[in-house]
Formats: sequence, structure tokens, C-alpha cells
Amino acid sequence: MRRVILAVTGTIAGLVALLSFKSHVPSIPVAATTGGSGSSSSSSSSSSSSSSSSSSSSGGQTTTVPGEFPQGSLAGKLSPGETAVDGKAANTAYGPVQIQLIEQNSKIVKVAVLVQPANTLHDIQIGAFAFPKLISETLTAQDAKIDAVSGASYTSAGYIQSLQSALDKRA
Amino acid sequence: MTGGGALLGSDRCRHAEHVMGTVVSFDVPARAGEPRGPAGQIGGPLGQAVRWLHWVDATFSPYRDDSDVSRFGRGALPLADCAPELAEVLEACAAISARSGGYFTTTPGGTFDPSGYVKGWAIERAAAIFTAAGSAEHSVNGGGDVQFVGSRLWRVGIADPLRPGRLALVVAGRDFAVATSGVAERGAHIIDPYTGQPPAGLASITVVGATLAETDAFATAAFAMGAAARDWVESLDGYEAFAITAAGATWQTSGFGAYLG
Repeated sequence: MRRVILAVTGTIAGLVALLSFKSHVPSIPVAATTGGSGSSSSSSSSSSSSSSSSSSSSGGQTTTVPGEFPQGSLAGKLSPGETAVDGKAANTAYGPVQIQLIEQNSKIVKVAVLVQPANTLHDIQIGAFAFPKLISETLTAQDAKIDAVSGASYTSAGYIQSLQSALDKRA
Repeated sequence: MTGGGALLGSDRCRHAEHVMGTVVSFDVPARAGEPRGPAGQIGGPLGQAVRWLHWVDATFSPYRDDSDVSRFGRGALPLADCAPELAEVLEACAAISARSGGYFTTTPGGTFDPSGYVKGWAIERAAAIFTAAGSAEHSVNGGGDVQFVGSRLWRVGIADPLRPGRLALVVAGRDFAVATSGVAERGAHIIDPYTGQPPAGLASITVVGATLAETDAFATAAFAMGAAARDWVESLDGYEAFAITAAGATWQTSGFGAYLG
């Protein structure tokens, strides 16, 4: 029963996180919102993408935290002993999602987002909230060393499958 | 054949097979797919398991007009001329229907469809193929319903039906099966046979037991029952359940705590 209570507490914490970190999500979503033209938003995207990637690779052992997950593949920036495993692209209620897991000694040490929905203001607000939660849950699940996932949700089936497919690729 | 000894050891292999309208994920010993065929086809017990699942699909799918199940269902093929496994499945379905007070049924949408039993049964049988070949540790996950074989502690994340992409909890056990039913899997595909409507009340229910065929069918029946499932699963020896209601509340049967990871 204790775990159940923790799960509910996590939800409340997640909502609080939505309110607090929406103001300091500096990367793709914000650029896409404010960029009146496609070109400015795409250049913002690439610069924020590279800065977040380099900051995360400089601290190779740090755990990804909400709002600071790297955008784009880390495959070219791996530390010795790390391997990158791409999940399959999956459709969720928010749009297509693809994640990448970085493993070291069979433990997931980082998660990067390869593809995320960021088209409309609505998506951006959801994305700013949902992605850090998705990823923190991924890390939580991996810290717990799960072997498989049971059940699914029609809005998240794609993501769960993506997690399962990444699990499936761990030889 | 190299014998069962080749399937011992800690090296692992994962394989995902698209079959039965879902993806079946195998976590098996590294050499379970060997020896390979001349064109690199999967062999060994993994090949045998994959072929078994495709055979089950072809024989039992209600979506294929030429399957034994479809032909039997429309009266075009007598049971005696069907694959003998169909009689076995029908007998098991009748027993589960009786144990569940009719909440498990082979006619969920009015026409003959034993899929609520067949999937878990097929996955359990697929897992048994590896055991017979000498593997002591493997799991087969049929789109979220999992048979675990092996005395180590297996950990399975249970998807949260109300919060996309998140896990509600981690369940852990040895040599056991985990099945989750809910509105979420493929839309509202489970119907309360007494009302003809999707059941109200539960967002998902996870049942744990020893073997997947019954565990999965019990999860389907329990989901159709809604709140009444709690007392029902409590009455079943060897099965425990954890449920999340549509309102986000949770309950669990008295012995479920032994499976919390």
C-alpha cells in the first residue's frame, strides 16, 4: 500500500513541477512557440540542442532531471563504456515519440529524446510537462531494473512499446 | 542439436516477434535461436516458439475467415475436424467461465471468439518450449501479459492506465505470470456480458498467478466484473490482484503485498 501512496504523491509532485518548470524550459518547445518563422525556430532548436547535449556529456554520470533532458542523439558523444540504444518511434496522444537510452554496465545512465511532438502551443505545454515525467519514470524503472512491462494505455501504448522495444534491444 | 547445456549460462538474447495482432517479446538464453537456418532464419527453441505462435494465430484468429476458430464459429467446420487444440481450449474456457460466474465468455461480442484465453495460453506454451529445451530462465511477454520462468526475482513494471507512459508500480516474483486488463489495451474491447457495455469502474486490473493461461483469462474476467473483482480474486487460491479505478483510486487483494517490488 505504501507504494500506492507514493505513486499518488508523485502525481501531485508532477503537477507542481508543471507549474514551476514551464518557465524555465529553454529548449525546443519555447523556441517553437516564439519563433514566428520556421527558420528562426529551427536555428534556435539546433543551438539549444547542442548546448544541452554538451552539458549532459560533460557530466557523464549525472542523472537526467526534469527539464534538462538532452535533445537529439548522444550516439556521437558517448563516454568509454557507454552504448546508445534507440527505441522505436512510437505514436502517442501527444504525437510521435522516440527515445534513446544510454547504458553503461547494463544500467541506464541517460535518456535522450530523439523525436518529440512540439507543433502547437497545446502540444508544447503538454510536452514540457509530460516528457520530463516520462523520462524520470524511465529512469526510475531502470533503476529498479525491470525485465518487462505489463499492461498498456491507449494514449501511451506507443511509449510503453518504445520502452519495451529498447528493453528488447538490450542483449 | 547442441543439447540443453547450450541454454544455460548468463548470456541473454531478446527477440520481438510481431504476431497475434501484438508484439511478443522473448528474453531467453543467448543461444536459444540456434542453430540458424541456411538463410539465417531463427532456429532452436526460439524458432520453434515463433512458429508455434504464428500457427496459433492462423488457427485461432477470429479475424481470419479461414481460421479453424472462424470456420467452427460459423458452423462450417465440426469440432472433430478442427485442430485438436481447439477442443482443449474450449474445455479450459468452459471451466474459467464457470469459475468466473460467466464473466469470462467465448462470445464476448456475440460471436465465437476464445481470444481471451488463447493469447495467454499460447504465451505460456511458448515459454514451456524453452523449459523443455533446457532453459532454466526466460520470459515471454505477449503484448503486456508475461510468463516468467526461473527462480530469480523477475521485476515487471505495470503501466499506469491513467497517466500516459508511466508506470504505476513494480511487481516482482519468481516463476510466475503477470497479466493486465484494461480499457487501455486496445480501446474498450472487454464487454460486461451481463450489460453488453464496457465495464465501469476499473481503469485496469493486474492479476498475478503461476501460469499465464488462467492468469490472463482471470484478468479479463476480473476487469469485466469491476469492483466485484476484489472479492472474486480474493476467493481464488494462488491468484492476487491490483486494480486502479477510473477515478484513480487503487485496491489490492490481501496477498498482493508479497509481489511488490
